[in-house]
Amino acid sequence: MLARLSHLDRLEAEAIHIFREVAATFTKPVMLYSVGKDSSVLLHLAMKAFYPAKPPFPFLHVDTTWKFHEMIEFRDRMAREHGFDLLVHINEDGVRDGINPFDHGSNTHTHVMKTVALRQALDEYGFDAAFGGARRDEEKSRAKERIFSFRNAQHAWDPKHQRPEMWKTFNTRVSPGESIRVFPLSNWTELDIWQYILRENIPIVPLYFAARRPVVERDGMLIMRDDERMKLHEGEVVENRLVRFRTLGCYPLTGAIDSDAETLEEIVSEMLVARTSERQGRLIDKDEAGSMEKKKREGYF
Amino acid sequence: MRQNTALAVEPDYDVRAWLAEQEHKSLLRFLTCGSVDDGKSTLIGRLLYDTKLIFEDQLAALERDSRKHGTTGEDIDLALLVDGLEAEREQGITIDVAYRFFATAKRKFIVADTPGHEQYTRNMATGASTADLAVVLVDARQGVLTQTRRHSIIASLLGIRRIVVAINKIDLIDYDQATYQRIVEDYQKFAADLGFSSIEAIPMSARYGDNVTRRSENMGWYQGPTLLEYLESVPLDEAADARPFRFPVQYVNRPNLDFRGFAGTIAAGSISPGDAVVVAKSGRASKVKRIVTQDGDLPVAVAGQAVTLVLEDEIEVSRGNMLVAPNGRPHVADQFAAQLVWFDEQALRPGRSYILRTETDQSPATVTDLRYRINVNNFAQEAAKSLAMNEVALVNVSTQTPIAFDSFAENRATGSFIIIDRISNATVGAGMIVNPLRRAANIHWQALEVDAKARAAQKHQKPAVIWFTGLSGSGKSTIAGLLDKKLHLSGRHTYVLDGDNVRHGLNRDLGFTEQDRVENIRRVAEVAKLMADAGLIVLVSFISPFRAERQLARDLLPKGDFIEIFVDTPLEECARRDPKGLYARAAAGEIKNFTGIDSPYEAPEAPEIHLETAGKSPEEMVDAIEKWLTERDTAEQEYDDGGGI
Repeated sequence: MLARLSHLDRLEAEAIHIFREVAATFTKPVMLYSVGKDSSVLLHLAMKAFYPAKPPFPFLHVDTTWKFHEMIEFRDRMAREHGFDLLVHINEDGVRDGINPFDHGSNTHTHVMKTVALRQALDEYGFDAAFGGARRDEEKSRAKERIFSFRNAQHAWDPKHQRPEMWKTFNTRVSPGESIRVFPLSNWTELDIWQYILRENIPIVPLYFAARRPVVERDGMLIMRDDERMKLHEGEVVENRLVRFRTLGCYPLTGAIDSDAETLEEIVSEMLVARTSERQGRLIDKDEAGSMEKKKREGYF
Repeated sequence: MRQNTALAVEPDYDVRAWLAEQEHKSLLRFLTCGSVDDGKSTLIGRLLYDTKLIFEDQLAALERDSRKHGTTGEDIDLALLVDGLEAEREQGITIDVAYRFFATAKRKFIVADTPGHEQYTRNMATGASTADLAVVLVDARQGVLTQTRRHSIIASLLGIRRIVVAINKIDLIDYDQATYQRIVEDYQKFAADLGFSSIEAIPMSARYGDNVTRRSENMGWYQGPTLLEYLESVPLDEAADARPFRFPVQYVNRPNLDFRGFAGTIAAGSISPGDAVVVAKSGRASKVKRIVTQDGDLPVAVAGQAVTLVLEDEIEVSRGNMLVAPNGRPHVADQFAAQLVWFDEQALRPGRSYILRTETDQSPATVTDLRYRINVNNFAQEAAKSLAMNEVALVNVSTQTPIAFDSFAENRATGSFIIIDRISNATVGAGMIVNPLRRAANIHWQALEVDAKARAAQKHQKPAVIWFTGLSGSGKSTIAGLLDKKLHLSGRHTYVLDGDNVRHGLNRDLGFTEQDRVENIRRVAEVAKLMADAGLIVLVSFISPFRAERQLARDLLPKGDFIEIFVDTPLEECARRDPKGLYARAAAGEIKNFTGIDSPYEAPEAPEIHLETAGKSPEEMVDAIEKWLTERDTAEQEYDDGGGI
């Protein structure tokens, strides 16, 4: 009698299968590396999928120039240690126009520095498949998305005409200019991600662990003042609070939570009693109802 | 994810121990299906809500949304929890399948909430293809409807063996047992032939929660389990996989000369180093040397694991092939019978060439025979000439190259395929293989008269005579040669008839008088016609200066098969290029009757393609021609559909 595969073993096998499928059938794949915990898991799985070879595709980081400094350090360390080919793309038009989350709001900033930047990078390199770390349990429109999610030549997602996706038999055919976004973690929940990080000892950005950090309370969120570009409003004070992050993005748009969870075990137990969902710490979902779907249709990951 | 009663955290618990326990819970994947407005999304919303998997911020958003789009008056509308697309919330319907995740003390669940509208049946099939169990909802006021039956048939075809009939909205018929019984009997009668191993009927109200997670106080007459109790306790088919080993090769991993591994996911059975395997398509045998993973070599690997196998011998194996147990091999055939579900608005036409894709293999394929269509209302077998969107049929399929497969009943992974449209790349159908067909058993091919259409169909192409006309040195042969290469690479069967070459053989008795030129063209046109009749795409590269002879060639061929391409290069440019030195000799009077010098060239008045070559590379022009040809094939297909042949 053979041992039954555990829940995580199954998820791992599914993700590895997806990685290999893309490597075998696409001309120019890329992995979108956003440095967060889901990206860490993706990286780990990509290394497993092609062992003893390295992943046969580059890793692309779309840098909005507003990421936490610790994310950038972590990114560069991972690239060195794993020896993957790291591409960093910044929307220079946005930089020239001085687009930033404080003056232009999260919508414009995210659109220009993330969505448009991503489209620029995909066009520039001509990638025909791009891995992303999105999970179906994150958000309602993500719950509807295929594992192999078709994008037209304008990078747009058409939620009403998704290709049927049967079994593990993926339709990997695209015409020139079209592409597929591929989500190996589609069926993972946030708990699965943490459980897997714990089981496999996967390195993650230290911002996920509680530490004293300089934060400002603004619009009901705890924003970490990661550098001098964040100007204080009247009445605001910088406090050194024991906080951590459940999700990572641009620092002005990412809320910290009060926490004393300093180990993975403590993070998991904290999560088990959490009262709010993961994306709540992200400003971008709140701008308008259905906003994630809208961004995705425009080409956001 | 927030805790529910089951996940409640004890004051001094050990996270690692708790997680280990979580990890070894079993996983049940199920779908909810049924007709529109039977309450599928509401049911899932209820399951998530009652198992406490709704976060506070989601609940607040839900209350907001309910006021804006809700259909439940003052109450919160649970369906809005799962209908994630804007169009869905606006219209109050489900368009695409949504995947939701929840867990109880006993099990983890992935539920696919699938749409009820007939036009979105393909999305229901998507959800069903990875499910172990189907919850079929029935509105107690409506009873069993066409969509109830269609979804049940599709669930059955896709290998689902356990059904829960959730008779919902029971509150709206005053919890009436007689009505409930009648619906249960209707369903059982209809589903008797669908091969389900169990059909569990549960009366419920998803909106108020009766018999979803808690026992209803309104139905003393119902003694069975609640839906959640049933889902937590239904047995899973998890017995050790005793089927013969199947390993579809996904990817050949060859980082250096010393390592050659075959990467894939085991589809059945198990494997250990030293075990004998054979390559399914070639029959070549070897033994497994190592099972490689990043975490170290494994002593054994089982179905569901994604591994890399290294063999003892250097044998030819590539993606699409399968490593299998020597004593239990799959079928290898290019013809088989399959159940087919059609997804596309453009109907399936037998004889048309599609791409057939299995988990790792693909081949051009045609449906050679539509044996019968299944009527989703009464399961009757009906004759049909085509298969429309959402219809189901038993068909014979012929692939261009043999594939390795099992029957779908034996193995869902190695017995299934999808059909892809060659032009749009859309997934237009999904098939479940029933059995291989020996050629002798394939009546359709025997009955088929071998005519031009059959010969062309076998080559998966539309024959054509592509006639390049233009001055000497205009670039005809260069372009025809490049086009030939390109078409050949894309799998087309071609042949080039070149003016100079034909004159060395077939037409070596002909000179350059006007009369001989006409005969020259006539013979070439006849040869091209025979070749097109054999199913080939013929590229004719001839100066062919006279309109009448080109018209003669055109008239020899079926309408639409003659494609005239005018390679339009100005005389001065041709004379400047003069690749064979002929213009110089003609100008010196050494050659008589030279086209453009002392013999006329009658330019085409309405060529299919007019190539003005100035400033364009041959590659650009070849791309343009290929695009034109592809569009011709597409247009032709649409024409066929409209004709209702």
